[in-house]
Amino acid sequence: MQLFTGLSLGMLYVMLALGLSIIFGLLTVVNFAHGAMYMWGAYAGVSIVAITGNFWLALIITPLVIGGYGLVVERGLIRPLYGRDINYPLLLTFGLQFIMIEIVRIFWGTSDQPFSSPDLLSAPIEMFGIFYFPSYRLFVIVMTLVICAVLWFFLEKTSLGLVIRAGTRDSLMVRALGIDMNRIWWLVFGIGSALAGIAGILASPIRSVFPEMGIAMLVECFVVVVVGGMGSLKGAILSGIIMGEAIAITTLFYPPMADIVIFLVMAVVLLVRPSGLFGKAGLLE
Amino acid sequence: MVNEENVTGTMMQLESDQSRWQKTVGFIKRYPLFFTVVFLFIFPFIVPYRALATEIIIWGLFALGYNVCLGYTGMLSFGHAAYFGVGAYATGIVLIRLWENVWFGLLCGLLMGAITAFVLGYLCIKRRGIYFAMLTLAFAQLIYFVGFQWVDLTGGDNGLRNIPLVPLSLPGLSIDISTPLRYYFFVLFFVVLSLLALNRILQSPFGHVLQAVRENEHRALSCGYETSNVRWMAFIISGSISGLAGGLYALYLHFVGIETLYWITSGQVVMITLLGGMGTFIGPFIGAGVFLFLEDVLSAMTANWMIFLGAIFVLCVLFFPSGIWGTIKELTSKGNT
Repeated sequence: MQLFTGLSLGMLYVMLALGLSIIFGLLTVVNFAHGAMYMWGAYAGVSIVAITGNFWLALIITPLVIGGYGLVVERGLIRPLYGRDINYPLLLTFGLQFIMIEIVRIFWGTSDQPFSSPDLLSAPIEMFGIFYFPSYRLFVIVMTLVICAVLWFFLEKTSLGLVIRAGTRDSLMVRALGIDMNRIWWLVFGIGSALAGIAGILASPIRSVFPEMGIAMLVECFVVVVVGGMGSLKGAILSGIIMGEAIAITTLFYPPMADIVIFLVMAVVLLVRPSGLFGKAGLLE
Repeated sequence: MVNEENVTGTMMQLESDQSRWQKTVGFIKRYPLFFTVVFLFIFPFIVPYRALATEIIIWGLFALGYNVCLGYTGMLSFGHAAYFGVGAYATGIVLIRLWENVWFGLLCGLLMGAITAFVLGYLCIKRRGIYFAMLTLAFAQLIYFVGFQWVDLTGGDNGLRNIPLVPLSLPGLSIDISTPLRYYFFVLFFVVLSLLALNRILQSPFGHVLQAVRENEHRALSCGYETSNVRWMAFIISGSISGLAGGLYALYLHFVGIETLYWITSGQVVMITLLGGMGTFIGPFIGAGVFLFLEDVLSAMTANWMIFLGAIFVLCVLFFPSGIWGTIKELTSKGNT
């Protein structure tokens, strides 16, 4: 039971870490505003459900909105910084996240937003005849698996995915072949943001929705990405699941340690494998 | 520059203004240490109220320590709240439980800052660039959660209360430092000490290696310097100054809140340093002054003041990446050539 709860939390990590990881892998930008985009995803979801009353509609619109916002941010704010020191986009998105949090505070206030899972998924279902599990959490797990599969298909089997993978290896070479890398970067930033948006709306029924919800999540995702290996999608998925399970198991046995355990896992992994589980040593340092 | 007689009067006026300005800045550039100290001596008399001056100088000291990391060695740390906070808690706990002696308390703050930086530095220093930023942030959050849970020692969410501000005990002398102005000069004493120490370090061979690491780590490595150890050492120095600043902050507030350890504190020191100008003596103090003054003014006007600070920071990153003092320096040196 607790293993499945951990898995559903781990899946949120996976989705956020994937977004961070593809943006980083291609653009070498660490998006500090990723947590804030996750938070915006949750608020967008809450608002759309409040207006239309339809969770499924919100699930489709939210990633489009947040993805579109990501496109604007990349074009307007991050593009001028390419070619400068690698730390500047990081600092910029760091400042951006404060703006995003304050905007939410202005329009929605600082209190928690109520949000319940859709009616269809509110009943618990029986798992293997042993225990009952909230069907919404199961839905989160399935949904993430579907998105991972789509993303994998997109990256491995389509020609655009091929360009993206090539760009991760050597963007100069791809550009020399006559492909406009700026457009690809732009697109990838949008996809990464959209993933954060989906994670936000999926998370809102199981975690509370408030302006600072993205901050803790961002740090946890950094841990996930570092443990998995920077820029490695496989690593992000595996370590996201590990972290979700680690938190769920510690919550069961010794709750005060739950916030700390992922950092301990990270310390151990870094001591044994400094570049993370699937990371290549010396990548982009 | 202005000794040609055939220029018109207005032009001459303009140019002499400009060159006076350039001369002043050039002069400050030549003797940065001296001017920083002089500036800080008159500073409390030109701000609206003294408490703000004290807060600014403490944050300035913190940013000065941070600058060793970012400005002089080129390591972007997002976890300096850990050293600041640990220093603050160490000073507070020692004063409450062990010995009511300000010097000893601050020494403990400094040492604890150094020890924390020593341990966390060991884990982070092998990684560079973005990795380093993320790791320092993650470990600082670890310290935050530990502080949050360890209620017996830190007071948890309530913070550490009732830190006594005892008079300074010098041999044969006891000075009361409870008024804002006296406390300001007490802090200034440590700031001057830190500035002198930093100046000495930066001009030593070790300091030059630091800057070599910032400019080109591979070359420094090829020259036979163990760059990892150099960066680790810089990190520890940075941590100890931050710990000292944390201790002074604890004494100033008579209180340590859990948010001292929170990552917002780390973010604030990054903003201050970048705003003021990396790798300069006076920059951190200018940055702290501007930041805290804006915070003071804006938070009185609107509850959402962070949006303005965030926007200013974003603009600063986009258009003035070398900060206020760095931009002034660039402008004047452009005029000179």
